[in-house]
Amino acid sequence: MDKKKKRSITRGVILVVLLAAIVYAVYTSATNDKVKVLQVGDKAPDFELVDLYESGLKHRLSDYEGKGVFLNFWGTWCEPCKKEMPAMSRQYASYKEQGVEVLTVNIAQTEFEVKKFLESLDVHFPAVIDNTKAVMTAYNVNPLPTTILINPEGRVEKIITGEMSEAQIASYMESIKPEQE
Amino acid sequence: MEKIICVCGHENPAGTKLCGKCGRPLTEEAKTSKILDMKYDGAAIRSKTRNKSIVDKIWNFFSSVKVGITLIIINLVAASIGTIFPQEFYISVSTEAQKAEYYEQNYGSLGKLYYELGLSDVYSSWWFQILVGMLAISIIVASIDRGIPLHKSLKNQRVKRHASFMKRQRIISEGAITDGDSAKTLNIVEENMKKLKYKVRRDGNALLAERGRFSRYGPYINHVGLITFLAAVMLRLVPGFYVDESMWVREGEMRAVPGMEGYFIENEKFILELHDNETTENQELQGVNVVAKNYQTNAKLYKQTEDSVAGKADNLELVKEYEIRVNHPLQHDGYSFYQMDFRLNEIKTMNFELTNKESGESLGAVSVDLTNPQDEYVIDEQTKVQLLGYYPDFSGFEDGEPQTATPTPNNPAFIFKMTTPEKPEGEVSFVAIQQTIEPNGDNAHKMEFQSVETRNMSGLTVHKDSSIPMLAIGGAIFMIGVAIGSYWNHRRIWVEQLEDGTIRLAAHTNKNWFGIKKDLDSLTESAHLPQYIDQSDDGEDEEKEKEGDSTL
Repeated sequence: MDKKKKRSITRGVILVVLLAAIVYAVYTSATNDKVKVLQVGDKAPDFELVDLYESGLKHRLSDYEGKGVFLNFWGTWCEPCKKEMPAMSRQYASYKEQGVEVLTVNIAQTEFEVKKFLESLDVHFPAVIDNTKAVMTAYNVNPLPTTILINPEGRVEKIITGEMSEAQIASYMESIKPEQE
Repeated sequence: MEKIICVCGHENPAGTKLCGKCGRPLTEEAKTSKILDMKYDGAAIRSKTRNKSIVDKIWNFFSSVKVGITLIIINLVAASIGTIFPQEFYISVSTEAQKAEYYEQNYGSLGKLYYELGLSDVYSSWWFQILVGMLAISIIVASIDRGIPLHKSLKNQRVKRHASFMKRQRIISEGAITDGDSAKTLNIVEENMKKLKYKVRRDGNALLAERGRFSRYGPYINHVGLITFLAAVMLRLVPGFYVDESMWVREGEMRAVPGMEGYFIENEKFILELHDNETTENQELQGVNVVAKNYQTNAKLYKQTEDSVAGKADNLELVKEYEIRVNHPLQHDGYSFYQMDFRLNEIKTMNFELTNKESGESLGAVSVDLTNPQDEYVIDEQTKVQLLGYYPDFSGFEDGEPQTATPTPNNPAFIFKMTTPEKPEGEVSFVAIQQTIEPNGDNAHKMEFQSVETRNMSGLTVHKDSSIPMLAIGGAIFMIGVAIGSYWNHRRIWVEQLEDGTIRLAAHTNKNWFGIKKDLDSLTESAHLPQYIDQSDDGEDEEKEKEGDSTL
């Protein structure tokens, strides 16, 4: 009897292990077809980029811990990026005091283009250029615009692809606002 | 579960066909057959013994050869369906809508259906993976189910077998020796069989000569190879095990390498060399004018220092400098950079001349580097050109504002403000290729296009596959298993000398009866044994041999 029981258990274990392997294979291939995909809840990868206007000023994500970070990836050729910028600028003006940082990351364009573009829109928020596309790669950004909301603990709160309305921008900034003491 | 107790007293598990100890047939079927079924040496296949709990039922399902073969066929059909039209992986469009369009445009409504059914990405579909997984389970379960009892029965073989076992073997011989001293017969047999590289065991007046037993493990070894192979393919899903990315790098540019954290690649130069031969007849027939000799990217691979973060590119160490050519990838740390694609002559610098329209006189040259346009180009104290706007891929105006469609300089356009001694207040001009707009009416000066400087772009793929060694090992094990199972055979000859000195002999092989008969011919002659007979009918003979138990 004992032997039979043992065999039954062995069979069960083998079947469960094999089944788990299949489930793992199916699950992983369904959820990520890329090497590493950023997901909500993940620790936001740290990065450092130089400010567009002050070459001495470096924006490092880890320096913003304790603040909510509204990370926006864009390009001058991207129409929806352009449309959401004035709203971002206005909302930033009011959420800045409440501990929300906006950081806009241009994808490898020239300083000239980026400066002229932001000037023509009359928007005001910190901007950086990702010359080597390293940050874009780290965040696995594909379509533009992509906005990553990073909470004060440095974790990804939400990933938004596509254009945002002003009301949405306001509610997103609200969601990553640090608790006031 | 009840046991079957043989006349000899040995306890056999239910489902056993031949007694594990003496070889007596135990089932009615075996008792009435002329020749015994020697599959698994008559041991009980595990799945046949019990069928009670759910675990047993699932186990039995997967151990069934019928189920296994069905799974193989389903897998084959599914995999071949994926080869009807190219898979999504091979078509160079990015969005879902474009993919749908691609299949419809190229393959009509059938292509549309193909895409809609998800057949355009069969190999990563969940159901295909489940099918492969089920096949893997079937292979593993069937191997355990049959391999273990077979191994046990082969290991515990008795030398002495009962007459009813011996008589029901395909090749038998019985009778007195034809010549010499019968007392020496077994010794002569032993000596002879050893010469033929058989392993000989004796037990009283019985003898068992055996050769090539390991060939029975061939099928199980090739199953191990298959499973190793499948496991390696599955490992590719583990992050970091398998990387296959592509990237574009322009000359003079440095880019972060996708899938290879902390590394940057710089393109120093892209080189395209052509054969400078006269067009041959064959080339003309094929409509080919030039033939490429070499595609090459002179690349530098950099690495960030350990504590660095993404984007920080001011503390890079040069890791490797390499001339990447087709089939000569830059290799580092398991990663390979392959030369895959190129684009020639992207505009990098545009040269203009500030010209007086009326006199055609040049006031000075202005060269705009598109990778780093400046706000102002000063020619002398009173003459300068200000750049008010730059649009790399000009696509038209919107609300009076020039637009760019992409960040690539396919159709560069500029807004210049020209300050000259003649017009110190400045004149604004919009300049695009074959298009000049002067918003404030007629300008006295123009930016006359002179020439461009271009640069090339390299398309590289970044590849890493840590599963290759495991794939190779799996493949090698598989081939070894196949070879063992196919080219060796398990031959056994049982000989017993009865009390009156006569000989009873039986022989069995899992395949290649011709081979064992040759061994027996030589043995019969030198030991003066009675002539053996082959009990099988000729028709059945062929069939049996093909079937054998070469597969399991």
